[in-house]
Amino acid sequence: MAKHSYAQALVDALHDSLAADDRVSLIGSYVLGLGPQRHLMDRIRQDFPDRVVDPPTAEAGAAATGVGAAMAGMRPFVDLGTGSFSFLAWSQITNEAAVSCYMSGGRITVPVTFHLLHGVRGGGAAQHSHSPQSMLCNAPGLEIVAPSNAADAYGLTRAALQSNNPTVIVSHARLLGLEAEAHKTPVPIGRADVKRRGRDATVVANSLMTHYALVAAERLAADGIEAEVVDLRSLAPLDERTILDSVSRTGRLVVVDECPLRCGIASEIAATVAERGFGLLRAPIVRVTRSQVPVPYSAVLEAAITPDADKIAGAVRKVTDKH
Amino acid sequence: MSEPLPEQSAWRLLETMLLIRRFEESVLRMSAEGHFAGHYHLYIGQEATGAAVISVLEQRDRLNTTHRNHGHVLARGADPGRAMAEILGRASGLNGGRGGTLHLSEPGLGFLSTSGIVGGCISLGVGGGYACSQKKDGSVCATFFGDGALEEGVSFEALNIAALWKLPVLFVCENNSAGAWAPGQGYPTLVHASSDLRLIPQSVGMRAVRVDGADAAAVHAAATEAVARCRRGEGPVFIEAMTKRWPGSNPLWPEPATGVTDIAIAAGERQAAGEHRDWIERHDPVLRLARELARAGGVPRLRALDQAVGTRIDAAVKFALESPLPAAATACEHVFA
Repeated sequence: MAKHSYAQALVDALHDSLAADDRVSLIGSYVLGLGPQRHLMDRIRQDFPDRVVDPPTAEAGAAATGVGAAMAGMRPFVDLGTGSFSFLAWSQITNEAAVSCYMSGGRITVPVTFHLLHGVRGGGAAQHSHSPQSMLCNAPGLEIVAPSNAADAYGLTRAALQSNNPTVIVSHARLLGLEAEAHKTPVPIGRADVKRRGRDATVVANSLMTHYALVAAERLAADGIEAEVVDLRSLAPLDERTILDSVSRTGRLVVVDECPLRCGIASEIAATVAERGFGLLRAPIVRVTRSQVPVPYSAVLEAAITPDADKIAGAVRKVTDKH
Repeated sequence: MSEPLPEQSAWRLLETMLLIRRFEESVLRMSAEGHFAGHYHLYIGQEATGAAVISVLEQRDRLNTTHRNHGHVLARGADPGRAMAEILGRASGLNGGRGGTLHLSEPGLGFLSTSGIVGGCISLGVGGGYACSQKKDGSVCATFFGDGALEEGVSFEALNIAALWKLPVLFVCENNSAGAWAPGQGYPTLVHASSDLRLIPQSVGMRAVRVDGADAAAVHAAATEAVARCRRGEGPVFIEAMTKRWPGSNPLWPEPATGVTDIAIAAGERQAAGEHRDWIERHDPVLRLARELARAGGVPRLRALDQAVGTRIDAAVKFALESPLPAAATACEHVFA
């Protein structure tokens, strides 16, 4: 099986979506940021010159253009750049795109796709390191996906551009260069994926945290602890079934997420399992998240507040009582 | 060409501009040597604007700046050692390693904040002006931003509020997109439907002037007049300072495209060379002012000044490199006051 970077898979998905559907266009072509992979987007600019535009630094305007065009029957892909900049387009995403279907009694559809680069990326400090997806989860009406590898990035991007709903794709800035087996297979929105089987504890993760969870699981396996890693892939809608099925096998749960602790994705998973799977649990749930603090600049502080494989392994040892 | 500055003022401005230039050249070196990781923006090519505007401000005045802040913070008198330490993420940095290169801030010198969000600065500056007007002490707020900030919607809201309420705000638009790269090369260039940015503040009735941002005397004259109007309660003024973008500007990580500035070029002892000769000879604001002073018989003083600035920057770099990293246990401090 050929290996592709996450960035390449994203570009392939956009190219195939543009080729498959005339209604698809790109508002913002720096989907891969300004880093080393950015030239991969040249192929799309060359092959679809009339369907790629680069807006001014105007996130609200770009998002509104996408939302309005979607209401008029198009399927725009709006790139918002660094996830922290999505706050400038917050009203258009959460208070226009997310609510219009419901507010119209189902008569308006808003098939717009937003993409942003989220996460602690190294020296980005407080204003360039956000993971806004937990806040977006408080906007009913949005589909939110957080792929962790090339195949999921491809499948979920294709699915987002085929969806009749407003969809947000969050790509971790540190995933872009990561290579994995590339399939061009569909990935349905709303379906989690068990990335590793294990009997002793369930580790629920998403995006980059899935990799840290898999690294932690390898280390734990060396000590005879078998962790099962569930990759959410979609944050909204949430695949409760796959999570509860896993916990029913392991009886123990660690939830990992890069959003801050309070009201985050990890809190939501923990609450769902406590509510619907309390009888399955043999130990208290542990959350491993970013600390409740803006992201600092200095590398040593950044590491202190961000989840990593060591912290995840420590949490699994705690819930399995094998310190 | 503007009226030349009085000689002593010109030397003071050159000292500030040279300090900024040598500081930024050191930042480039620190990055190349791997002393910090994040992306960053340099003020090379815009020194005349920041140095001249800030020289007009008084201690009671407020100001704020952007991701391209190093020059402004130094021009206002922040310690170069603590500024460099912040860029290296050290505990003794201006902001304890929390902010880094994009957010150098010195509230003790009147800075409101240093926002890395495009449009963030121009709008917060209106708040600074509102505070000045509430105090009724004749103070003003100078807010620095790039041409890109005017692409954001909040900038229009901010300009309108400032004009409507006649707030004492000096809007300093540092337009460094003139002659920048063509679109599609990765670095944003001017993407306004109009090529005359003055039309935007003028649409809300604001006085707007354009100056050569590489001409320290011209910026100084424009800022002096603008600040006087603000202090008299005549409302905000918008200055568009035009500079030719420094060739080392790159997406995220600048390159030392023009090398270490050679003051001997200003003294007429050497010629600029290489691919970027035109920028060095015609658009480098530091060499431009240095050349004027050198022509007036100031070559020995110029050399002594460069040496003194170099010594100061060397000490700043040494201080920063010797500063300890913050303790991991302190990562959650300062979330609240």
